[in-house]
Amino acid sequence: MILNLLMMMAPEAAGKAAEGAGKAAEAAGNAAASAAPGMPSAEAIQGLHKFPVEAPHSWATLPQASTFAEGVDTLYLFIVALSVFFFVLVMGAMFWFMHKYRRLSPDQKTSSITHNGKIEFLWSAIPAVLLVVIFIWGEIDFVKQTAPPSDAIDIRVTGQKWSWTVEYPDYPGKILTSNNVEPRVTMIVPKGRPIRLTMTSRDVIHSFYIPAFRVKRDVVPGRYTNMWFEPTQVGEFNLFCAEYCGDQHSRMTGIVKVVEPELFEDILADYAKLEPNEGESMADFGGRIYSIRGCNACHSTDGSAKVGPSWKGLWGKTESLADGSSITVDGADGENYLKESILDPNAKVVSGFAPQMPPYAGQLSDQHIEALIAYIKTLK
Amino acid sequence: MASEEKKEREPNFMQAHRGLNSWLYTLDHKRLGLLYLGTTMLFFLVGGIAAITLRTELLTPEGDLVSATTYNKLFTVHGAVMVFLVIIPSVPGALGNFLLPLMLGAKDVAFPRLNLLSYYIYSLGALFFIVTLFTGGLDTGWTFYTPYSTTTGTAVVTATAGAFILGFSSILTGLNFMVTIHKMRAPGMTWNRMPLFVWAIYATAVIQVLATPVLAITLLLLIVERTLGIGIFDPAMGGDPVLFQHFFWFYSHPAVYIMILPGFGIISELIAVHSRKHIFGYKAIALSSVAIAIISFLVWGHHMFVSGQSELAGIVFSFLTFAVAVPTAIKVFSWVATLYKGSIEFNTPMLYGLMFLFTFTIGGLTGVFLGTLSVDVHLHDTYFVVAHFHYVMMGGTIIAFIGGLHHWWPKMTGKMYDEGKAKWGALLVFIGFNMTFFNQFVMGQQGMPRRYYEYVPQYTQQHVLSTVGSYILTAGLFWTLIYLLQSLKDGKQASDNPWGGASLEWQTQSPPIEHNFHGQPVVDTDPYNFPEIDRSGAMDEH
Ligand code: HEC
Ligand SMILES: [Cu+2]
Repeated sequence: MILNLLMMMAPEAAGKAAEGAGKAAEAAGNAAASAAPGMPSAEAIQGLHKFPVEAPHSWATLPQASTFAEGVDTLYLFIVALSVFFFVLVMGAMFWFMHKYRRLSPDQKTSSITHNGKIEFLWSAIPAVLLVVIFIWGEIDFVKQTAPPSDAIDIRVTGQKWSWTVEYPDYPGKILTSNNVEPRVTMIVPKGRPIRLTMTSRDVIHSFYIPAFRVKRDVVPGRYTNMWFEPTQVGEFNLFCAEYCGDQHSRMTGIVKVVEPELFEDILADYAKLEPNEGESMADFGGRIYSIRGCNACHSTDGSAKVGPSWKGLWGKTESLADGSSITVDGADGENYLKESILDPNAKVVSGFAPQMPPYAGQLSDQHIEALIAYIKTLK
Repeated sequence: MASEEKKEREPNFMQAHRGLNSWLYTLDHKRLGLLYLGTTMLFFLVGGIAAITLRTELLTPEGDLVSATTYNKLFTVHGAVMVFLVIIPSVPGALGNFLLPLMLGAKDVAFPRLNLLSYYIYSLGALFFIVTLFTGGLDTGWTFYTPYSTTTGTAVVTATAGAFILGFSSILTGLNFMVTIHKMRAPGMTWNRMPLFVWAIYATAVIQVLATPVLAITLLLLIVERTLGIGIFDPAMGGDPVLFQHFFWFYSHPAVYIMILPGFGIISELIAVHSRKHIFGYKAIALSSVAIAIISFLVWGHHMFVSGQSELAGIVFSFLTFAVAVPTAIKVFSWVATLYKGSIEFNTPMLYGLMFLFTFTIGGLTGVFLGTLSVDVHLHDTYFVVAHFHYVMMGGTIIAFIGGLHHWWPKMTGKMYDEGKAKWGALLVFIGFNMTFFNQFVMGQQGMPRRYYEYVPQYTQQHVLSTVGSYILTAGLFWTLIYLLQSLKDGKQASDNPWGGASLEWQTQSPPIEHNFHGQPVVDTDPYNFPEIDRSGAMDEH
């Protein structure tokens, strides 16, 4: 019971703490946005330490940051209460019998009871009724989770080993990706607005999981799955891939940033902006795109092959293609080849690699491609 | 009297024949039981070493001890070995083989040669797993989810071939046991006079025979897809990845009951014998096993509430899942009620029996959370699930198995272990187990996903607690292994019936003679009629 009460009280405290942290992060984000567009300040990055601090300590409960969270937690606590009740009942009886009927003498007599229809009926019927109550309650909440309201903001989510790409069809050109460099903000959503995700995967099954919202849905290749939620708290929350997907499964994480609705478009534009900073060279800008747009998930710069070929020494080398021909990545031809490889990667596939690279046509501007090529040229 | 008995002693089944071949070609169910015991325990060690390495890796949020790939291979080895090579065959293969004919008053199982074949098929399957380990390992998780398993570079084909082969061992054993139970009961042993362990083995056998072929064909399809490139599950080839999950869980959920039902059987025996009471609600316990066996075929979709199956399917599966909870609850209540007005002896087998009631009740109750649709959306694929199935599989089956091993150890080996040491072992196992897994429920509720090599620092303290618990658990298990082995060498000679059991296995000598009994035993009462039971009815007054 005490445990129970504690759990009932903790979420509020935790929620407040998270809200506080969220506000601070928001402020930092805004300040950074005005100073250096698109990049939070060094302190903000430091403060993030890769993950938002959702709970003040290891055993505190999660913040309740969506309209579903409270319902799920209430039912959860209801089942906890029932479980504790039955556990104490059963274990209480067990320990009482253990004490009362412990063997005191080797010939101690025992009862000849073998069954009792009434008791057996009761201990079947009572749990059955309670289970039906739990079932219906869970079913009602579940159905709510599957029916998004019609005024929801649409977001498209694509999972791939091992990053998320988040696109906003209502805000053309706005794309965010999760990757392991800062800023790790993967999705920005306004508080108090329903959000509908349409999700699919490019390779294996992943699962889109935001614990603070209590939502999760598998992201399956070859089909679209849907999920919706309405955030109720400004702040930054963990996003996890919950379906095992290989080596970097545990790095397929990100941050969901909930912002005030009136700031939403500006903040989204800031984070999604992919422009060279003042004084930044094209090659440096290309390096930034390389990580922000998640090329680093498949291409290394140190010569090791990942899903795709390494970019080290790519410029100037003679690449053999899957169709048997070869091409020297040099001069104008080389630039065209690289451009084509980025916009329409399956046109010429490097031999020894599967055609697994997503096409980036429509997602990267000419300027971006130019920067990427400049970056590749530096990787000797 | 004891010395008189000794003179009459015939050579026991281990002394009847000598030499390696007497083991390799044995048709004796008791020897096969011991072979299974040895092999499953060897793999328990393999799976355990993997587990300890995983837990040690998780001491810190960063991946530092092993590489991510190794970590993924380790949890796959741990899961696949524990499920396919340890838990599924342990109780039926080791204790079931040894005890079933003895409990039925039979000379052997119905098809002794088939029984030997099952063991060799099991060994062949195990060999495939070992080959997998040495050819780069497997990194799909024991669930082999597609399309990850169709695309990963690791040894999926040998591993699935191994599981495929193991399935046949399981099917043949199930078939053998079913026929044995139908046909070979001693005169007078009606269905209602069978020990509950036999009932549990029977229900298990039914599931083994009906469900395992589905796994076999699923794994075969996976092999076909990987080797011939025929698209079945991989969408890149026009297949459907969720179909695999349906097939897989159609077997693997019933398999959960293949794993736990035999444990239920053991517990019924332990609780009744060591409290000297007739088991409470014999029929309810026996029939609930059968009910569980049947309903277990209809709940596979509760593993897939968030996988993209239809909403209606989710609702139906959730409902049926709750339906399976009721017979399980009935069993727990009946075991506790058996203690009432008993004469409870706190020896090691009983301590494990009581420990089972504690841990399995937690395992069962937490299953309710996961059966509840909206709550499962949050808890699915988190540590809550990890904790839940360890409470059921380890806190249920393995604890029951260890209890059963202590209970029948004198019968199987003719030796008594050191009771004092055994109690310390039980204490270590109990503390270690709960410390390892209990707080994983909390961690899961906070959102910690499973199969994570690195994790958010927020969960560090809990992981450390789990890891320390797992060390204590390991210490307890090794301690148990050591004193059991010691008892073989210098344990006290066990009497034929050290606990005063009333079922037939206690009516022959310890260890039994080659043909189990002198002459055909006849049964005229049920197996829970202990002499201490007060027939005058005086005890039954309230
Ligand atoms: C999902 C993994 C993946 C991601 C993400 C990815 N690529 Fe690729 N990439 C590949 C693979 C696989 C190949 C080789 C097969 C082919 O040529 O299509 C490749 C090939 C290339 C090539 C040709 C390389 C050569 O050696 O000839 C270039 C250039 C390239 N990618 C650029 C990019 C850029 C720029 C990005 C980020 C905007 C990116 N890739 C993101 C997988 C990926
Ligand atoms: Cu993933």
